[in-house]
Amino acid sequence: MNRINNFLEAFGAGVIMTWRAFAMLPAAPRILKRITEQGFLIGYTSLPIIGILCFFMGSVLALQAGISLREFGAKEFIGALVGASMARELGPVMVAIILAGRVGSAVTAELASMRVNSEIDALTTMNIPPERLLVLPRLLAVILVMPVLTMLANLIGWFGGAVVCEYVGFIGLSADEFFRNLQSYVSFSDVMDGLIKAEVFGIVVMIISCNTGLRTQGGPREIGLAVTKSVVLSLIAILTLDYFITKLLA
Amino acid sequence: MATSRKSPIQRQDRSPAAVKVEGLSKSYGSQEVLHDVSFNVEPGEIFVIMGPSGSGKSVLLRHIAGLEVPTRGKLDINGFNPTLPETRDQFALALVFQSGALLNSLSVYDNLALYPHEHRLCPQKDLRDRVMRALRILSIEHAVQKMPAELSGGMRKRVAIARALVMEPQLLLYDEPTSELDPIMAATIAEIIATLREEYAVTSIVVSHDRDLSLTIADRFALMQGGQLHSVAPPGEFQKSTDPIITEFLNPQINLQNPRFKSLETSS
Repeated sequence: MNRINNFLEAFGAGVIMTWRAFAMLPAAPRILKRITEQGFLIGYTSLPIIGILCFFMGSVLALQAGISLREFGAKEFIGALVGASMARELGPVMVAIILAGRVGSAVTAELASMRVNSEIDALTTMNIPPERLLVLPRLLAVILVMPVLTMLANLIGWFGGAVVCEYVGFIGLSADEFFRNLQSYVSFSDVMDGLIKAEVFGIVVMIISCNTGLRTQGGPREIGLAVTKSVVLSLIAILTLDYFITKLLA
Repeated sequence: MATSRKSPIQRQDRSPAAVKVEGLSKSYGSQEVLHDVSFNVEPGEIFVIMGPSGSGKSVLLRHIAGLEVPTRGKLDINGFNPTLPETRDQFALALVFQSGALLNSLSVYDNLALYPHEHRLCPQKDLRDRVMRALRILSIEHAVQKMPAELSGGMRKRVAIARALVMEPQLLLYDEPTSELDPIMAATIAEIIATLREEYAVTSIVVSHDRDLSLTIADRFALMQGGQLHSVAPPGEFQKSTDPIITEFLNPQINLQNPRFKSLETSS
């Protein structure tokens, strides 16, 4: 019962925090510098990890598809399979998971540490809402950066698939054929659906990370617990939402 | 260019704040940490709250700063409730935290410039003058580009006071301003508190364990005991008091033959 109460309390606090942050949207031009800094942090620092993971994700997909489809004489469909899987599912989900692990954990740790060290209280006494200074720039940055990161993840994944097709002998499919097949089966709406998913995942991960950080009470041990909680909650939210958004967009 | 608007102080007459606390109680779960606390602080007064550890001094200060909502009772700063966000900009209040509570990701300059910048109190070109003036008063202008992590405890306290000064407060709250400081730095902080009252006509509420600081600067003392206000009086009356709680707090006796510790001695 206590756990349900805590969850509902945290959920309510998250909704209020998000509402307050977006209510301060008119202040956005004044926090452009902070939005840029956060955009850099989210985008630039996660890009190398996204690049490596998505390259191998595309490669493995192509390899597995190659092994299975050659038995049915349908190896030319590897492009369609890798293309659609990356665009509709793996691209947005991988980017969101990396966002939760790489950026969300750092955001939670920073805000939790600010809470524990009375920095948030200092802002409150200065009549500076933490939602304006700390939450809104991160939310706006994630909204701007997520589509770009997801598009790059898709391209890198497709490229990884093409490399495997070209250089793994038993698949016997050229990169040209891979991309031709990908182009004819992956539509603009497939990519758009993936980008919509990525936006929702990004916003939810950032809300969970900020809310968990700002609600932390205690000391260093609680900061560690808050980070773990934020990452776990984010992963659950990503995979749960993935099902419902996919159903909604189908 | 940033537009300037009137600061809360300029909006009203720039007078020191009056504080009224009536029947304030606070409970966390079943534990009551403040019980029926009532007192007034006059404009321009230095009001020192003392008491043993765990007596509720800092919780009381957090209520006055609007960081806690009381379970019962009323708080009033110049006629406004400090716990309501919508009335918070009707008076200028600054709290100097025990730890300084400087924003660790910002330099000293950015820490000080944050309040006027966020509230658009002055054009950008005047901002630097305003910040440097506050740093000069505290004799720490050389630290302007440093990060909080590079500062000593005393410096952090002084930067926190400078940040409060930039806010041009009507009410300045200090939470243990001399804790963890050497006696010389503690004396400097005491001088600063007294000078700020004289020069800036600010009401000050100081929570402290430091008896010497309190006796030097206080207009009135309040002694907290077990979450209750034991007594409020000027320092002179406190020193003359025969109340055992007051005398024990102001003049603690060190008994080197305390029987409580004899058993520790023999067991070792």
